[in-house]
Amino acid sequence: MVADVNTSSAGRRAIPENPANNLAIAGIRLPVWNKILIAILLVVAVIAPFFLEDFDVFQMTYALVFAMAILGLNLLTGFNGQFSLGHSAFFGIGAYTTAMMMAHWEVAFYWTIIPAGIVCLVAGFLFGLPALRLEGLYLALATFALATAMPQILKYHAWEDLTGGVQGLDLDKPESPFPDTLSDDQYLYFIVLVVAIILFICAWNLVRGRTGRAMIAIRDNPIAAQTMGVNNAVYKSLTFGVSALYTGIAGSMSAIIIQFVAPDSFTFLLAVTFLVGLVVGGVASIPGAIFGGFFVLLIPNISEAVADMTGRTDAKGLSWAVYGLFLIITVYVMPSGAAGLVRLLVGKLARRG
Amino acid sequence: MAFLEVKGLEAFYGHTQALHGLDFELEEGGITTILGANGAGKTTTLRSICGMVRNNGSITFDGNSLIGKATENIVRLGIAHVPEGRGTFVRITTEENLRLGAYTIKGAKNIADAMDRVYNYFPRLKERRNQQAGTLSGGEQQMLAVGRALMLRPRLMLLDEPSFGLAPLIVKELFEILRSINNDEKVSMLLVEQNATLALNLADHAYLLETGRVVMSGTSEDISSDEAVRQSYLGY
Amino acid sequence: MEYFLQQTLSGLANGAIYACVALAVVMIYQAIDHFNFAQGEMAMFSTFIAWQMMQWGMPFWLVFPVCVVISFAGGVVIERVIFGPIHNAPVLSHVIVFIALFSIFNSLAGFIWEFTIKPFPSPFPEKDVLGTNLIAMHELGMIGITLVMLVMIYLFFRFTPIGLAMRAAAANPVSARLVGISVKWMLSLGWGLAAAIGAVAGMLIAPMVYLEPNMMLGILLYGFAGAVVGGLTSPGGAVAGGFLVGVAENLAGAYVIGSELKLTFALVLIVGVLLLRPAGLFGRVVVNRV
Repeated sequence: MVADVNTSSAGRRAIPENPANNLAIAGIRLPVWNKILIAILLVVAVIAPFFLEDFDVFQMTYALVFAMAILGLNLLTGFNGQFSLGHSAFFGIGAYTTAMMMAHWEVAFYWTIIPAGIVCLVAGFLFGLPALRLEGLYLALATFALATAMPQILKYHAWEDLTGGVQGLDLDKPESPFPDTLSDDQYLYFIVLVVAIILFICAWNLVRGRTGRAMIAIRDNPIAAQTMGVNNAVYKSLTFGVSALYTGIAGSMSAIIIQFVAPDSFTFLLAVTFLVGLVVGGVASIPGAIFGGFFVLLIPNISEAVADMTGRTDAKGLSWAVYGLFLIITVYVMPSGAAGLVRLLVGKLARRG
Repeated sequence: MAFLEVKGLEAFYGHTQALHGLDFELEEGGITTILGANGAGKTTTLRSICGMVRNNGSITFDGNSLIGKATENIVRLGIAHVPEGRGTFVRITTEENLRLGAYTIKGAKNIADAMDRVYNYFPRLKERRNQQAGTLSGGEQQMLAVGRALMLRPRLMLLDEPSFGLAPLIVKELFEILRSINNDEKVSMLLVEQNATLALNLADHAYLLETGRVVMSGTSEDISSDEAVRQSYLGY
Repeated sequence: MEYFLQQTLSGLANGAIYACVALAVVMIYQAIDHFNFAQGEMAMFSTFIAWQMMQWGMPFWLVFPVCVVISFAGGVVIERVIFGPIHNAPVLSHVIVFIALFSIFNSLAGFIWEFTIKPFPSPFPEKDVLGTNLIAMHELGMIGITLVMLVMIYLFFRFTPIGLAMRAAAANPVSARLVGISVKWMLSLGWGLAAAIGAVAGMLIAPMVYLEPNMMLGILLYGFAGAVVGGLTSPGGAVAGGFLVGVAENLAGAYVIGSELKLTFALVLIVGVLLLRPAGLFGRVVVNRV
């Protein structure tokens, strides 16, 4: 009943799976369906903002930001089998890099995205390096500690001048260069959409290539991977770095679209949000990250509805309980997440047709 | 009906089938041995009786069906399993190991009596009573495993390769003690052994297993005198 | 010198709480090889239950045992209902379910009792201990209650058949079943005990940190630090580790890093010890077979 959520458990199977098969599982098996689906999604993504209110456009933008962060976590957990409960920290580092560059040095927002990513790549690589010696559960513990300590580090008085301390930093809202055709929110949406598409394509190529095969081999059977000449240490810390880069870029985009960073936005609960998106969207599924991004953004609305039924107005807290329920439900009944469900349905349709 | 009756027993590890419809019986008070080469399914048979592997078929012990029962509840019916590898609790003392063996027994006096009986059979364990069990020698740990099984006042003992890895002299001593336990305590025994000579000496009935099937059965004398068995398993 | 003593004693008081949390964490770790990331939130929820009972007018010393019993039962139910069915599931499933419990307890507490901080009464009088101001009465009480509880737990594991059976079930579940021990009930019992110990820790620390849904996050981190420092394989070591990190935290806070980076100190401790001495000060080295 409870099937394999943890992809790394595959390592315990006697016969290591062919990575190529895994990849076929990771995506939708039918190339034609696949292409049609992607085309439809892209058209919807481009047209939608012209039919939506600014606030809804902003919500979609934020969902894409979450999707990028979840994709970063998925590269690490889904494809490489390393756990992180601390990706909120990298999200925060990315956001602060952008915010500090914009607030103190008046750098245009688009020039801050790549530096934010690189800072996180280095931070992730450095954290991943010692973390190499920490297998599975211990890595979860170390990253849990990182996530818990992060807000405090951001608040620390020694660099208050840079970070703005407890108050955080306020930023200016980027203005649309074509105010007649695009509102500011639509402009930001398209910027984020372009960045997201680039990141998703890179991830897609990464996991399909040689590097991806090595990552998956390490996840499924580290010892066999080593004996086949894969340098586990290099790949694991690099994956950690790349994963942090993705999440850091997402953090950078979040600072740009919210125009505000503060230490208490990057708590452990944010890391939980990413985990929810990862699990519900589907572990080791790249399209699943998009679903996960929208899911975690929509849940607070659902929980507000639940709270309304009980006559309460402050549903802020309740969304975490709903997240928790979804996590448990996913582990018990839908271990491959939403992506798995879609594959199942598409597979059935295809067989019938 | 026999004391222990196994019919059409099939057992599986994952998708791999290890037993293919096994039938055998064991009389109360007797010693029966299951012989066979590595991988024939001897250990799996014992594990099936104790509910430790997924299985089909029927296993009846003294009128109770054991299929689908949890291991701990099967043990409570009076079946003590001396497992392969001895199953010592290595971090606690010898005496605590024995106490654990009496986990299902009620009453301090009953436990103390059982402990005395075990120490009577195995004086070595008494000398080592406060020693951490993981530091005992292989022979002592095997004695501890038998002793722990005896603590629950079993009616049937399942012995999985008790001679494994022990010096011949110690094996001889151990098997003599097993015989006297069988005599004095009226404990039936189901013995799995690779050392066929040893097992046929102790047992009164024997079954020969090959790749998960019974290929021969009879009294120990009949089996020992069989030409094929002599050549393949007894080596003379 | 007086300042040093003051800091050390108050570190011991905090350390008592960390020791409880560390012990609870290690008990579950030994039983199922997983870290209970929800341990702190379970304790926080227990503390809210205690607070609610006091709001209804029950006196502290009645609430205390009742809350411990309720928490024990809650721990048993969580194991039976949630973790029993996924016992053989992979590590990630477990981590996910622990995180799910974390969110649920945190969020439900906020929903039921709101996120505003609440004062939690101390059962101990507010007067000086033996005429000195080295240690507050409540801190002394924390240390006292914790020590009594730890001794009781030690005696339970050392001298009762159930305690012995629980140790056996954790160390060697297969052999434990073969002597008739119901390993799953021993697991549930372990969860119950861990939840009960957590409840005691929560009720003792709440008067000092105020009651609110996030009050246990930092304390859980220090509990983990204590468990890691003492050794995850050694309950006694975890307790010693808890006291040790309590004192270290206070002294480091007083003399080196100030109070702003206390959680960062725990992060450094955890990562440092895991890297340099993974078995902790008192634990055994565990060799993984491949």
